[in-house]
Amino acid sequence: MAAAVRAAECGVHVGIVDDNPTLGGQIWRGGPEDGRSRDAGRWSELLRTAGVTKLSGKRIFDQPDRGIVLAEGNDDVSELRYQNLILATGARERFLPFPGWTLSNVMGAGGLQAMVKCGLPIRGKRVVIAGTGPLLLAVAAYLRKNGAEIPMICEQTSWSSLAGFSLALLSQPAKIAQGLQLKRELSGVPFVANSWPLAAHGRQILESVTVSRGGKSETILCDYLACGFHLVPNIELAQLLGCHVNGGYVRVDDLQRTTVKEVFCAGEPTGIGGVDSALIEGQIAGLAAAGGTAEAQRLFGKREKARRFARTLDRTFRLRPELTKLPSADTLVCRCEDVPYSHLQQQTSWRAAKLHTRCGMGPCQGRVCGPATQFFFKWTPDSVRPPVFPARIGDLASIIGGPEPENSTVGGGLE
Amino acid sequence: MLDQVRVTVNGASISVPSGTTVAVAVTIAGQACRTSVSGERRGPLCGMGICFECRVAIDGRPHCRSCQILCEPGMEVTTDE
Amino acid sequence: MSQAASDVVIVGAGIVGAACADEFARRGMRVTIVDRDVVGSGATAAGMGHIVVMDDSEAQFALTRYSQQLWQALRPALPDDVEYDQCGTIWVAADDEEMFEVRRKHKHYAARGVPTEVLDAKTLQQLEPNLRDGMVGGLLVPEDAVLYPPCAARFLIERAQEHGAKLRLGSSAAQIGQGQVRLSDGREFTAEIIVNAAGAFAPELTPGLEIKKRKGHLVITDRYPGFLRHQLVELGYLKSAHSVSSDSVAFNIQPRRTGQILIGSSRQYGAEHKDVDHGILARMLRRAQEYMPALGPLSAVRTWTGFRAATPDKLPLIGPWQRDQSVFLATGHEGLGITTSLATAKILVDQITGSNAEIPIEPYLPSRAAKEFAHA
Repeated sequence: MAAAVRAAECGVHVGIVDDNPTLGGQIWRGGPEDGRSRDAGRWSELLRTAGVTKLSGKRIFDQPDRGIVLAEGNDDVSELRYQNLILATGARERFLPFPGWTLSNVMGAGGLQAMVKCGLPIRGKRVVIAGTGPLLLAVAAYLRKNGAEIPMICEQTSWSSLAGFSLALLSQPAKIAQGLQLKRELSGVPFVANSWPLAAHGRQILESVTVSRGGKSETILCDYLACGFHLVPNIELAQLLGCHVNGGYVRVDDLQRTTVKEVFCAGEPTGIGGVDSALIEGQIAGLAAAGGTAEAQRLFGKREKARRFARTLDRTFRLRPELTKLPSADTLVCRCEDVPYSHLQQQTSWRAAKLHTRCGMGPCQGRVCGPATQFFFKWTPDSVRPPVFPARIGDLASIIGGPEPENSTVGGGLE
Repeated sequence: MLDQVRVTVNGASISVPSGTTVAVAVTIAGQACRTSVSGERRGPLCGMGICFECRVAIDGRPHCRSCQILCEPGMEVTTDE
Repeated sequence: MSQAASDVVIVGAGIVGAACADEFARRGMRVTIVDRDVVGSGATAAGMGHIVVMDDSEAQFALTRYSQQLWQALRPALPDDVEYDQCGTIWVAADDEEMFEVRRKHKHYAARGVPTEVLDAKTLQQLEPNLRDGMVGGLLVPEDAVLYPPCAARFLIERAQEHGAKLRLGSSAAQIGQGQVRLSDGREFTAEIIVNAAGAFAPELTPGLEIKKRKGHLVITDRYPGFLRHQLVELGYLKSAHSVSSDSVAFNIQPRRTGQILIGSSRQYGAEHKDVDHGILARMLRRAQEYMPALGPLSAVRTWTGFRAATPDKLPLIGPWQRDQSVFLATGHEGLGITTSLATAKILVDQITGSNAEIPIEPYLPSRAAKEFAHA
């Protein structure tokens, strides 16, 4: 959104494509509803007045040629031609399998929050929150505000890492304020470090969770388990477009330009840094793509600050080696194809696992099991092929040069 | 204040506030979304359209990611058995 | 550094190499298999896994029919993840000319003991309701089957290993010949018999081999159980497979046991890179939709490409390589590698052990090249 607004303000024609039914991505899902989302309201309004073309409910699945991407909606397909493309594809949660994780009502932390934002009743429900990362606290606060009971927040990192994190935040007043507010909102909620889920239990749906806590295990009755192990950048589209990736993140220069000249990238795909990084990098990318280089450069200082926070996040919430023992032999790792951990232990690479067990061959295209197997086995994922998101046969068949397929709209230019 | 939307889930009619996703409607109706290849009942995991666990059939169209679709009046949602 | 001697070193752990390893090992020979990648990669990983009788020539028929029967016999031993399914093939006739071909094939196969059934338009529609209206009919070949090739290759390799075969993965063969296989990591293997089963990469190891890469594309959908019951192939497929120079697509579609639909097929010469070619992919999918419009709304989950190993006369090379006494070939199978892998292994090992093969071996001998490759 930030990129679109700044680019539009430079006078270029801007379109914004997003799979979600409304704008705002994950962090601002559901629009402004409390103080923390004042930013969301402000940027939504700027977007509206800037005259940006909104293409919601569409996902880009292929690039048939440079300067063109194909986007599929639920009932249509569009060919989008652009002079510049800004990738703000965000991040998804990292899921680590453990016994019982496939039970209904075990969800990601952001996952449960998204469901509640979309109408899931949570008042009076008991929610255990586990995993790692600042998202756990944000989710806990949000759920509690909506009437959920939080018996425990289990953070896998150590107390000393967290202490280091708090110290690092001292240099950022806004973060201190955020931190203090979270503390208030979560007063009375047990927060435990060095703690992680061991198993989820229940017959048809979740009934309780056993967590490891200081070397001992403890079982907690609950209605939901909101469990996510920090974030994984969504770099698949960047890879499809040929952008170089470094250590799992899209490589960009000072102006957020990727190694593909007309493609920019901002936010989580360049490094997990949260809202602040995303807003600044988005603005830089939007300005740079629209020719406002000087203005973009004026934001470099703020970005450096935001990036420091990103590096701190990275260090603090690194996954501890004990977590490689989370799955048992029959714990399913690939949920699309129901491939158990024991089948994967015998494989020597991601490719071998795909070929011989079908792990990663389902519709999620490895988005869920990939990061888990990368953590467990150090497998590196292979190259990306179209469609970078599942797309209908009819839409895959519709490319430039062919006869006009039905239901296609040729989109306007994208900056 | 908030409009209500009426949809059916596996034949049962329910009313939800406007802005509710189909995934939430299915959960409110006490149903799981799909059956996995080894027979497990599954519901939404990621809440953001990338895990494909929330797939249901909407108005006869299979494999719809229900967490990304807002309920609309008269929608007929079926989950696989 | 030399490894302990074997009787046979097989280069290539795809379906053909795996079948050869299994056959040699079960006949008591000491086998080593090498591959630069994992078991069942290359064209084995990319292909459709269709076990199909073909009658372009008597030689092609003999090999495919023999091998299809070997697969049928092997079926009870195959583990579940090989997903063997005797769903049969239906050759689809879209016009009267193709229907004439249907009747010809029916007679041809009947005379050779292959059961087939001529389907009229109505029966075809009943068997495959998602085919568009207006098809004239088809030929059902009920003994054809489909399976999942990487797991089939793995099964054969594991069986070979149970008989003492050794598997050495991860390094490409740099040089083969004169009783020695040298890998790029320096390892060397000595054996009287070296089998080049490296598929599209065979000419890199055996210079002078007349094998060209023929690129194909495939698409697989999400699960739609009941959408398709048989492997369906348009009769125009034969024209596509025949063409030696141009790019072509043909309707060729398979139901996987998972309920996913596998869609092919395309053929391109001269394409050396693995990238998906959007133009060909789109053409292939449009062709598929012409036969089955109901495919349009199905969700495609993955696309990929592979290289078939094509010879000028469309028959594989099975037998001794005349320029080196120690080298034998088991390659050049084009689109029939899965089908003919078992028979390839049998007749190759028969040749080497001096047994009588079940079918004449001359059409597949590498030495035929000198005489027959004159006319491509």
